[in-house]
Amino acid sequence: MPTAPAPPGVFVPPPASGRTDALGAADLLRFTTAGSVDDGKSTLLGRLLVETRSVLADQLAAVTEASRRRGHARPDLALLTDGLRAEREQGITIDVAYRAFATPRRAFLVADTPGHVQYTRNMVTGASTADLAVVLVDARRGVQTQSRRHAFIASLLGIRHLVFAVNKMDLVDYAEVAFTAVADEAAAFAARLGVPDVAVIPVSALHGDNVAGRSNAMPWYGGATLLHHLEHVAVGDRNPVDFRFPVQLALRPDAGFRGLAGTVASGAIRPGERVAVLPSGRRTRVRAVYASGREVAEARAGDAVVIALADEVDAARGDLLVRDLNRPFVGSDVEAMVCWMDDRPLAVGRRYLFRQTTRETPARVASVLYRVDVDTLHRAPAAALGLNDIGRVRVETASPVYFDAYRDNAATGAFILVDADTNATVAAGMVRGGAAMVGEADASAQEVIAPEAPEVPVSPDVVRDAPGVTRAEREARQGHRGGALWLTGPPGAGKSAVARETERRLFARGATVVVLDGDDLRH
Amino acid sequence: MSLPRRSHLRALEAEAVHVLREVAAQFERPVLLFSGGKDSIVMVELARRAFAPGPIPFPLLHVDTGHNFPETLAFRDWLVDQTGAMLHVASVDDAIRRGLVQDEAGPEASRNSLQTAVLLDALAGLRADAALGGGRRDEEKARAKERIFSHRDRAGQWDPRNQRPELWNLYNGRIAPGEHVRVFPLSNWTELDVWRYIRAERIAVPTLYLAHARETVDRRGTLLAVTEHLTLLPGETPARRRVRFRTVGDVTCTGAVESTAETLDAVVAEVAGAVQTERGGRHDDRRSETAMEDRKRAGYF
Ligand SMILES: Nc1nc2c(ncn2[C@@H]2O[C@H](COP(=O)(O)OP(=O)(O)O)[C@@H](O)[C@H]2O)c(=O)[nH]1
Repeated sequence: MPTAPAPPGVFVPPPASGRTDALGAADLLRFTTAGSVDDGKSTLLGRLLVETRSVLADQLAAVTEASRRRGHARPDLALLTDGLRAEREQGITIDVAYRAFATPRRAFLVADTPGHVQYTRNMVTGASTADLAVVLVDARRGVQTQSRRHAFIASLLGIRHLVFAVNKMDLVDYAEVAFTAVADEAAAFAARLGVPDVAVIPVSALHGDNVAGRSNAMPWYGGATLLHHLEHVAVGDRNPVDFRFPVQLALRPDAGFRGLAGTVASGAIRPGERVAVLPSGRRTRVRAVYASGREVAEARAGDAVVIALADEVDAARGDLLVRDLNRPFVGSDVEAMVCWMDDRPLAVGRRYLFRQTTRETPARVASVLYRVDVDTLHRAPAAALGLNDIGRVRVETASPVYFDAYRDNAATGAFILVDADTNATVAAGMVRGGAAMVGEADASAQEVIAPEAPEVPVSPDVVRDAPGVTRAEREARQGHRGGALWLTGPPGAGKSAVARETERRLFARGATVVVLDGDDLRH
Repeated sequence: MSLPRRSHLRALEAEAVHVLREVAAQFERPVLLFSGGKDSIVMVELARRAFAPGPIPFPLLHVDTGHNFPETLAFRDWLVDQTGAMLHVASVDDAIRRGLVQDEAGPEASRNSLQTAVLLDALAGLRADAALGGGRRDEEKARAKERIFSHRDRAGQWDPRNQRPELWNLYNGRIAPGEHVRVFPLSNWTELDVWRYIRAERIAVPTLYLAHARETVDRRGTLLAVTEHLTLLPGETPARRRVRFRTVGDVTCTGAVESTAETLDAVVAEVAGAVQTERGGRHDDRRSETAMEDRKRAGYF
């Protein structure tokens, strides 16, 4: 656009001088923290902020001053992350607080959630947007109920990276035995939850050991510091395979342009590829993809873009763009785990609004199958759910919804329930599947092992055995990390060829690798 | 095996664009609160991107304290011209004439508290059901627990103890008649993120943000610009200094910092190395340890 020179007072930056790294090298990691009250969570967060130089002089001065007024000799770092006045009076955190800090390698967003009993809902909220969870454990007390609860909630929300920070190591003389006992307990519990990536790190939040800098007091510990781990843990797109694009709104600035604005929920798409619009089922191709008004070659999960279609196909907010041959489930009867978040208990039969992706439809909870006792992880029979309860329910929606199971695709498996009278958000839900698909759940008192466990009811005789040789041991022996790569696609797409080539190259690099090909397994 | 991850600024950009689009889709009469400061400038740029090639589908609302830097007004009018956005101005001077509010008296009077009433009055006049603000969670402790969609009752008040849980990227914008929602698309940005983004995307800003020579007085450690609106206290002598502003608000209480940063690179470097929070230069926050929180409860942005 030809522009007149800017008037006085306006600074128009000259074009960048050829630099391509202007956005910086750092990526973003979202994590959540929790622990029992007094395990040292606020102190640990404060420590991370200070050590990454994210706390400025005037903030630190204010905290030092406030600490002195309370008679503390040194600045109480917990005060840095302790917000509202009401909490200051009570001396505890009561809600989810979000905080940012950064290193040259990575920017971090922390959802800090409270540790006391009645705030399951805040942990669920914090975990819903997190890639990783840091669970505080007091080295003297081991893995308490509250830590288990948080780890369970993290796994329920599909978090794949768990870190147990075993804190207050200074109070157990930095002793390896004390750490090992807690670490074993934590690892065993995480294994039961089926969380794939677990780290246990001995720290002292108060003194800074193994938070950002290595501890001299614990030479027996050869692992990463907490900050190093957070900076290096590899978190990818949760689902890079199944393309899902919920339409936020249709843009029609003039007769010449029509585009669908939205954020890619999962998978990726390029111009020219075939897509279908749900619910109409109309098929077409992608004509172009725009980001910030400019054409781009690809959009993938998390990108906020505009997609222009090749044909005049009707699409509006709430519609879903998918690949023709890779469709989500459709139905108006779903089974889900929900966390109840409202003072007024869930009322079976009452009308709620079901909001999932960009779609909203009236719904009712047809039945409560069971409640999960988050302390024992056992199922308890229940007729309703109250504030902070987690349970499995059947929901009937007024019009069909398009969804995936939450464990496969959080973006299309997540929903909230809104109370149509109060407008409050009353529940967070994670779809397990269509009611017909998952069958009636057995409400007898059995353990809800992993929220990621198979949908088919598991016989009580089938129990997950504690691992003998652990993953860490295997990885130490092999000299590289373990991982499974799953190739999916229609027959003849070239899965086996890709697998063989990958196997060959990894083998050539000295890795221990094996291909499990469906064809071979069926022989 | 993971794909290369997007840079954190792209992730924040995508989140903000998603939020802006939710606002356009969920509300009937949203407005974008435009202060002329860098956060609201970035928000306008993000709105332009969110709806391109179409126009920004909501008007900008500027609460004009009457104590503006001339640069802010020049910039505002230029930006409106560039983007084709519609602009509403709610004037504090007007509100004083109408008797809606009364000016504070004295040399250290601040128009912050007046702004709140004028803003709420303007929102009611426009029957706005959503107001987009440039607030960031890193600005102040009280903001850390504010939601991205922050519900306000009929009196425009925030109740920090009764916030809606905000899950995934599912924002609940349902309200009763007369209520509205404050929306903060930049919640997860830091001051440095904002500057890095401005630099990377070559976004225009008022010249106030870059080092320039200006008459200022040092009032208890805060450098205030000497303007017709500033009443000098006994013993204060103006001096010419090279300064820039880190926030741009009411001329009577926005502090400048001494600076030689004349380019965006230099500003980014300065912000990255800064030892004081940007609000540290705002006179009004220091009145009490919870000053910000009190203003928020009353509906301040
Ligand atoms: N000795 C010791 N004390 C700690 C450590 N971390 C935290 N604390 C203390 O434990 C108490 C509770 O810490 P705080 O961070 O407020 O716990 P929160 O309730 O989990 O946020 C405070 O008195 C801290 O100073 C640590 O590593 N060692």
